[in-house]
Amino acid sequence: MSEQAKRIGDTLLRVEGITLSFGGVRALNDVSFEIKEHEILAIIGPNGAGKSSMLNVINGFYHPQEGTISFKGRERKRMRPYVAAKQGIARTFQNIALFKGMSTLDNIMTGRMLKMKRNFLWQALYWGPALKEEIENREFCEKVIDFLEIQAIRKTPVGRLPYGLQKRVELGRALAAEPEILLLDEPMAGMNVEEKEDMCRFILDVNDEFGTTIALIEHDMGVVMDISDRVVVLDYGRKIADGTPDAVRADQQVIDAYLGVSH
Amino acid sequence: MSGPLDATASQDLGAAGAPKLAGDTFPKLLLDMAKRRGDQPAIREKEYGIWQSWTWDQVAQEIRALACGLAALGLKRGDKIGIIGDNRPRLYWTMTAAQAVGAIPVPLYQDSGASELSFVIEHAEIRFVMAEDQEQVDKMLTVRESYPKLERIFYDDARGLRHYGQDFVRDFASVQAQGRDYDARHPGFYDDAVAAASGADTAIFLYTSGTTGQPKGVVLSFDNLIKTAANGIAFDALNADDEVLAYLPMAWVGDHLFSYGQSYVAGFCVSCPESSDTVLLDLRELGPTYFFAPPRIFENILTTVMIRMEDGGWLKRRMFKYFMTVAKRCGTRVLDGKPVALSDRLLYALGNVMVFAPLRNTLGFTRIRLAYTAGEAIGPDIFDFYRSIGINLKQLYGSTEASVYITMQPDGEILPDTVGRPAPGVEIKIAEDGEVMFRSPGVFVEYYKNPEATASTKTADGWVHTGDAGFMDDNGHLKIIDRAKDVGHLNDGGLFAPKYIENKLKFFPDIKEAVAYGHQRNYCAAFINIDLEAVGSWAERNNVAYASYQELAANPDVLKTITNHVEAVNRDLSQDPRLASSQIKRFLVLHKELDADDGELTRTRKVRRSFVADKYGPLVEALYSNQDQVHVETEMTFEDGRKGVVKADLKILAAQTFGQSEPLKMVG
Repeated sequence: MSEQAKRIGDTLLRVEGITLSFGGVRALNDVSFEIKEHEILAIIGPNGAGKSSMLNVINGFYHPQEGTISFKGRERKRMRPYVAAKQGIARTFQNIALFKGMSTLDNIMTGRMLKMKRNFLWQALYWGPALKEEIENREFCEKVIDFLEIQAIRKTPVGRLPYGLQKRVELGRALAAEPEILLLDEPMAGMNVEEKEDMCRFILDVNDEFGTTIALIEHDMGVVMDISDRVVVLDYGRKIADGTPDAVRADQQVIDAYLGVSH
Repeated sequence: MSGPLDATASQDLGAAGAPKLAGDTFPKLLLDMAKRRGDQPAIREKEYGIWQSWTWDQVAQEIRALACGLAALGLKRGDKIGIIGDNRPRLYWTMTAAQAVGAIPVPLYQDSGASELSFVIEHAEIRFVMAEDQEQVDKMLTVRESYPKLERIFYDDARGLRHYGQDFVRDFASVQAQGRDYDARHPGFYDDAVAAASGADTAIFLYTSGTTGQPKGVVLSFDNLIKTAANGIAFDALNADDEVLAYLPMAWVGDHLFSYGQSYVAGFCVSCPESSDTVLLDLRELGPTYFFAPPRIFENILTTVMIRMEDGGWLKRRMFKYFMTVAKRCGTRVLDGKPVALSDRLLYALGNVMVFAPLRNTLGFTRIRLAYTAGEAIGPDIFDFYRSIGINLKQLYGSTEASVYITMQPDGEILPDTVGRPAPGVEIKIAEDGEVMFRSPGVFVEYYKNPEATASTKTADGWVHTGDAGFMDDNGHLKIIDRAKDVGHLNDGGLFAPKYIENKLKFFPDIKEAVAYGHQRNYCAAFINIDLEAVGSWAERNNVAYASYQELAANPDVLKTITNHVEAVNRDLSQDPRLASSQIKRFLVLHKELDADDGELTRTRKVRRSFVADKYGPLVEALYSNQDQVHVETEMTFEDGRKGVVKADLKILAAQTFGQSEPLKMVG
């Protein structure tokens, strides 16, 4: 733990006073927290607590009515998805969002799109600088493939892969963008124990080898308590706890939220 | 008996045909290769999607740096260094580097757990270990807790190991860096160390996986390996242009001879696959000319082919079926250069264009000149399948104690039920009790620290007991029936050769593993494991839903199919007067796969028959009772090492048996 504490740096991303409503429903109500450099932050909470909405706000899919997001010191009211991606925020989705008909490699290559500088014409010609660029990006993707140990499915269409591997490919695509923050929406949902353990190891390794900051939503409390440095708990759109896994586990409000107490 | 006669003839052949050797140890051969073939590729590894290669000259430099580094860290003549991991160039280099400074490499099975490994590490008194990655390093750290004499652990792949603070855990490259420095300060050291060794010195310890008891460390000398390698090269005319894929465990004698020994003697390039999951893809990309696989791999490939053909379109299926009958009729004769009717020859040529050549290409056998299988008996149908589509698959019979070769099938003299003639330089005799014995230049020195076992296996004049029962047939070819100790008798006196029956069952793609019982029983019975891939594919095509292996194995339709297979085997057995009485009367389909992690298979995936019989004692008894159902609870180990209990009610099924004289049309 002490080693991890040392590696964690300053605040990388801060959300302040975020309020998000859909019509009359308040999905998020005045939520503030920060994500520090190199940490693994888990966002937990019962169903409908606003976890996915929170990730969508950070990454610019949803625009909150109130509140600000500051990333690397720059404050903004609304983040746009492509800006977020450009600045180094990558994510995976609760329901896998890959191109099913494309191979693993091609899917991961799409994660490099933002790094491709040549225009359409150059790429169509596939010659000179465009070729060089393609090779450089392919090299990076191969490192990701090696890292995630998915060499055997490099050329397999993603739609034919089992669920656990698809999740891994999605992580690969996010990694290919060389993100500073990686947002993972239920990376382990629907997996068996073995797949979960593999995924945990990859998440820890990503954090360790690349120093990537990770914010993840997860339901499996065992996983959350094991791998995260800090936990933020949401309930009915409000933040009810924020602290180390041990502190959060002992928090009465959190226990109530999970066991159910009348509001 | 017929052995000594054959031997004199073949010994002459071996001496005349063997290439002149440029050195009597592997480090000396390496120096010679670097001089003669310095710019030719010696080894390749697929990494980051690309085949990376090293020339003989580069390999010699890498090994020199590593050897000096190991010496600088205190590795001395006679010390042992463990090597554990998948086939990687750096792990092969560690072998030569250790040998260069007079140390003895001990390759370890990479999928063994820490407890299995600690026996070997302590027994061999290993000081240093070269581990592939974090997984292996972790196991070594566990071993070290109980065996602190394991001084240093080196690793090839640094991933995940950055925070390992222990000073005895070091990166491969840092050892080499230290070695280059040491080399610069002691210029004559490396050459002197290489020159100090000779052919009679110990080259390697290979621990046998051991179907019974603790593994034994087979000590092989440089002479054993290099002479045997040279004999094999002469026998099959291997040369420096051959191409080999190294994918079998490095701790196994076959890989050691084919991917290491023969590469150093003949100078051909060895390629390491990207990962253990990509072997078949890499095989296809590489297109080796010389390929070795145990029967299981050939079975798996055939199963995959059959499954994929089932999924193919109507036209493809018809075409495949038609030309496979042509191939079955005349394919092996075409390959052996025997006379074939013109019409068949033309059909076969057409089939070659339409089916066989594309199939060989898909399997990665386009350039194959020579393929061997050994380790276990291969089903005649599997064997013929490969030969009939134009792959020169041959059998050899060998053992660790022989540095591989005992008998080999010469080109053009292939009989599927024999394992060929004595290999060059090998003498064979059959003992009174039917056990096969041999004597050759490859005969091992001893079992390490186990004089009793050495004495009971190797006679004073150099003959080695193989433990296999067999006989020489009229053509001078050796035929192996079973392990000598496994051959038994039914109560009515009929011969019971369990492996023979199991192999017949395993030819069916639906059956992955079988265990036959019958010794001192009234009839023959069997356990059967379904093949999840083959049966799963059937289930998918027929919309049969299943949640687990257990559920699929208990499916009534699956049981019916398996019953048909068993009856087909019975029909086959009924044709052979010696084996007709060992037809399978009752059998059951097991609720879990036999697994090496549960001790039911060896690490080379052979069934440990007596262990299985003990573990599933009640099931065996049920097979010999009137019950038609039996309840079982089995502890099993999951891949992450946790244990769980599987409960099941297994049906005991009866199979029809056939009278010896009964004609085939009685069936159905």
